[in-house]
Amino acid sequence: MGQITLQGVQKSFGPVHIIKGADLDIADGSFVVFVGPSGCGKTTLLRLIAGLEDVSGGKILIDGKNVVDTPPAKRGLSMVFQSYALYPHMSVRGNIGFGLKMAGLAKDEINRKVEAAAATLNLTPYLDRKPRELSGGQRQRVAIGRAIVREPKAFLFDEPLSNLDAALRVQMRIEVTRLQKQLGTTAIYVTHDQVEAMTMADKIVVLNGGKIEQYGSPLELYERPANLFVAGFIGSPKMNFVTGEHALQRGAATIGVRPEHLKIERDGAGGWQGTISVAEHLGSDTFLYVDAGPLGMLTARYIGELSLHAGDRVSLVPDPARIHRFDERGNALQG
Amino acid sequence: MARMATTKQVAVSTAAAWLFGFLIFFPILWMVLASFKTELEAFAIPPSFLFFHWTTENYATVQERSDYLHHALNSIIIAGGSTLIALLIAVPAAWSMAFSPTKRTKDILLWMLSTKMMPPVGVLVPIYLIFKTFGLLDSRIGLVFILCLGNLPIVIWMLFTYFKEIPRDILEAARMDGATIGRELVYVLTPMAIPGLASTLLLNLILAWNEAFWTLNLSTSNAAPLTTFIASYSSPEGLFWAKLSAASTLAIAPILVLGWFSQKQLVRGLTFGAVK
Repeated sequence: MGQITLQGVQKSFGPVHIIKGADLDIADGSFVVFVGPSGCGKTTLLRLIAGLEDVSGGKILIDGKNVVDTPPAKRGLSMVFQSYALYPHMSVRGNIGFGLKMAGLAKDEINRKVEAAAATLNLTPYLDRKPRELSGGQRQRVAIGRAIVREPKAFLFDEPLSNLDAALRVQMRIEVTRLQKQLGTTAIYVTHDQVEAMTMADKIVVLNGGKIEQYGSPLELYERPANLFVAGFIGSPKMNFVTGEHALQRGAATIGVRPEHLKIERDGAGGWQGTISVAEHLGSDTFLYVDAGPLGMLTARYIGELSLHAGDRVSLVPDPARIHRFDERGNALQG
Repeated sequence: MARMATTKQVAVSTAAAWLFGFLIFFPILWMVLASFKTELEAFAIPPSFLFFHWTTENYATVQERSDYLHHALNSIIIAGGSTLIALLIAVPAAWSMAFSPTKRTKDILLWMLSTKMMPPVGVLVPIYLIFKTFGLLDSRIGLVFILCLGNLPIVIWMLFTYFKEIPRDILEAARMDGATIGRELVYVLTPMAIPGLASTLLLNLILAWNEAFWTLNLSTSNAAPLTTFIASYSSPEGLFWAKLSAASTLAIAPILVLGWFSQKQLVRGLTFGAVK
């Protein structure tokens, strides 16, 4: 079991409030991603759950038991650090087995469990190597091995893939997701990369300035962002925001349209008129950055190749069903 | 782009390095040579380099006149004792400053270092009087105490720098893995800090072994280490170069051997953290 509940969790460092009251219910076996810009408090929140920082207020319940006064090791969680944090003087075997050794397990049992974990992660040939003799991806797998071998209630991942190169990151992303599904262990994963968040999560927590902006499944966040921040943060390229007359016509202070929901017309008279300032041709997609005069810069995405170039005039027609409306305070308006 | 050195450049710089090394080593070599000369040859002009009458009589005289082993034992006790006590105090001090620093940590470190800027002679009289009052004059325990205090700032500074280099994440990983503070120290921190601890220990041993100000002023015979033993050969009746050299050679031999075997460790320790 690994059900984690946060109730009014707060954290301040001196006068600075890092976490301003977080409430969250994480179901057993789910994969939850904390995402947000740097300094939003996502890592701090993870460290509070881990017990590496003490809360300034509120409760953290693991399987219904308040653990705020429980030391990290007794919470039954394991953590994968951004820097891997392997013990440099121990072999891979020693690294993976360290937690079991601290728990006082018999040598045979430690070996059996370490070898099983190593086999899951394709680390068997490297068991007797030191961390410095491994590649970045292998070190990352050792760090994950150290986390899974203890059969924790939940895994905590702190930006574990950010030190890997792009290709390896995609591969490890898939591996981590598959491993988590296979083990069925609750996972909390911190990242600033919204692609990682969208692809890995069962549910995403969007954090900003120490507050939870929205908690929901990736598609909920994409389709029904609760406010301007979430609307702008989730989705790539970013959602276009338009204020003024066009927004007022639709009874909102701001309206938002995603680049993929703008229809591009070459010589159309309707929609929003503008001049292409940059056109990016990826083959699979075409991204147009359009200077739409008083509306500002708009981004439009076309699936496939579209032979338009900088300087061409286009008209962008928003899909009426896909327009997001926000009030003056930035909160989403329904309907 | 890496600069490629030509063979000629390599030859010139190698020769220069050897020359420089020889210049630094020369006084020690000269001392060792002089210790095997007779008193007459020792200050003969022009000096003879290798072709003189080799004799070990100076060593015999030195051992006869003053008990080398007694002083060597004092040196070992004083240098070893002060180093061990300094480490025992410095490890927890450096540990807490490196891993749970406060606003004042930097100030404390600088204040500690500032005590080393004061000339020791400035506090000689008060220290002497304290030693006299407590009956510590010419006692090993007194010298252990004063050398330990004298070197403590440097030991703490060195250890602080080493501990600072240890990533916090690794210690946190150990805590997540269920290690208590004690086990974290034994299984994780100490093995990682061994190079740092070893070079600090070595450097401090050498500093304490060579320390001459306090040992000369606060000891006469009972607790006198090798520094006092050497000094006793520059007597008012005139210098006995050969005997002085023999005494000096005997005094530096142990630390020279120790330094020789731990060169690698020492160099690594002194440049630790300088290059990532």
